[in-house]
Formats: sequence, structure tokens, C-alpha cells
Amino acid sequence: MMVANIQVSETPLVLYTLRRADDALILGHRLSEWSGHAPILEEDMALSNMALDLLGQARELFSYAAKVEGKNNDEDKLAYLREERQYRNLLLVERPNGDFSQTMVRQLFYSAFADLYWRAMMKSSDATLAAIAAKSEKESAYHLRHASEWVIRLGDGTEESHRRAQAAIDDLWALTGEMFSVESGERGLIDAGIAVDPETLRAQWRRTISDVMIEATLALPTNDWMQQGGRSGRHSEHLGYLLSELQHMQRTYQGLTW
Amino acid sequence: MSTPNTPLWEVFIRSRNGLAHKHVGSLHASDATMALQAARDIYTRRGEGLSIWVVPSSAITASDPADKAMMFEPAESKIYRHPTFYEIPDEVGHM
Repeated sequence: MMVANIQVSETPLVLYTLRRADDALILGHRLSEWSGHAPILEEDMALSNMALDLLGQARELFSYAAKVEGKNNDEDKLAYLREERQYRNLLLVERPNGDFSQTMVRQLFYSAFADLYWRAMMKSSDATLAAIAAKSEKESAYHLRHASEWVIRLGDGTEESHRRAQAAIDDLWALTGEMFSVESGERGLIDAGIAVDPETLRAQWRRTISDVMIEATLALPTNDWMQQGGRSGRHSEHLGYLLSELQHMQRTYQGLTW
Repeated sequence: MSTPNTPLWEVFIRSRNGLAHKHVGSLHASDATMALQAARDIYTRRGEGLSIWVVPSSAITASDPADKAMMFEPAESKIYRHPTFYEIPDEVGHM
């Protein structure tokens, strides 16, 4: 019998932590889908390494969210036993892997943000989040470097790789605005020095991306209309399929361990 | 899958300060930057290294296995080249 959904007491700090945990979990899962399928063995390892970094970040964040909530939940329950609307990840990270350039452009957009975000969060007044940030920042810095180098080579590579990279940028651009949104309940955390105001990261993020674009001979879309939804649980159709695979074992055999 | 676009690179890792870089294997990559990243991703996953060198395999000049007799056998009969015939004073300790 299917294991039922859990209830989560979504206080501002629990919800804030879950949003970041969900980003890492879902993007990590997406990258893990490449295991055994990447274009070359070297990249297969690189993608799996990044997936494991993100999964590690997700675990720490889920554990902390469970601790803050102080109910009967733990990292596994939070990761596996919520329903789709309870996931608050960015729409960007649930996008399917597509071709290799789609995966790398998605990684570039996210990692350029995560690198700045975690670096800023190292100064959080919340000691646990600051400690998670210190570990995550180093990982994100490498993800950013790896994705940047690939996007530069794809954009400035062959006619086909350029076309595919540009298509990925045009396709994913509208999903980048959500990284800078401040959800209800988060303003108080920002004022308390627990959370970072993402608006303060936007200019540097844009510079990082622009520098890569110039070197890659790629162009950012001029249309700056941005799609929102993931942060409040309104997802694309892709997340449900991802979750059914992600949750299958824990839904079928509750508390299953290796 | 060696193609003109992904040549072969040899990877050398230094595991600790004070040790020499040691050959650990090879990989394919499009250029030096990507080779260095691939080396990090493949050969340092378990904390093996503090420093990585990558060298194009094509830059290595290797001895010919067919020359083995000429190259290496003459040394086999010169055991006096090993420092095992010297008396080392106790005060020197480990050398």
C-alpha cells in the first residue's frame, strides 16, 4: 500500500530551508539521470559528482528543516513523502535534462546564483545555515566553473553546438527570474539576517552570465518576462514524473534503507 | 573514444606536500582546462590529491619495448651501484 503524505508545519524558517533543500534535491536528481548516459565517461563522472554534491546539500538542509520544525519528520520523510505541491523548488531545476547543452546551461544559470548565494549565506545569523553555506559554496564554485567552461565550448564550438546552446538559453531564460524572488514570510528572515536578500546578488549574477555569453559568442534574450510558480508549489508537468521515480521506493517500502 | 577533438591526456597527482606528482592514469578531454577538470572529477573523488598535472600524451617520448635488452639489461649485473655495501654510522639514523 502506498505510504501517505506527511504534514509539514510550514513556519517561515522551515519553508525557507525546504525551498533550498528542494532546489538541491531536484537538480541533483536530474543530474543523476545522466549516470551511465553522458556523452563521454569523463563527463559521466563529472555529472555524477555534481549530483552527489547537491544531494549532500539537500540532506543537510532537510535535516535542519526537520529539526527546526520539531515534529516527527526527518530528512527522508521530507525528501520522499510530500506531495507535488509541497515541493517549493525553482521551475528551472525541474526542467528535463534535454540535450547536453540544456543540462549545462541550466547548471550555469543555477550555479552562478548558488555560488553567490552560499557565499553570502556564510554570514547568516543562523549558525547551521552558515555552516551549510560554507560547505556548499566550494561545491557550487566548482559547478559554476565546470558549467561555464562547457557553455563556452558549446557556444564557441561547432555550428550545431552553438545552435543547441543558444536554443537552451532562449528556452531556460524565463525561468531565471524566480531565483531572485522573495516569498511571503521571507522578508522577516532577511531583516533578521538569517536569509540573504537575493536582489543584492542579481547584478553580479548577470555579470557572471554575461561574461560567459561573450566568450561563448552566445546572446541573452532581450525579453525579460519571467515565469514564477515553483517557489509557491505551482510546478510544470515535469515534476510529477520526476517525483514518481524519486519517491517510488519510499512510498512502497516505508523507511527502506540500503 | 579518441577523436581529434578529444585527445588523450596523462594525469599526475601529488597526494601530499613534499611528495612528487605520481602518474595515476589517463583521460580524454578537448583541451588542457577540461582535462584538468576531468582529472579532478575522475582521480580525486576520495581525497587523493592536493595538486594535479595533466600532460598531453602526445608530448611523451617513450622508450621502445624492443630496445629493452639494450636499455636495461646492462644495469642488472652492476649490483655494486646499490648503496648496500656502505657501512652507515649509527648517528646518521635513517637515510
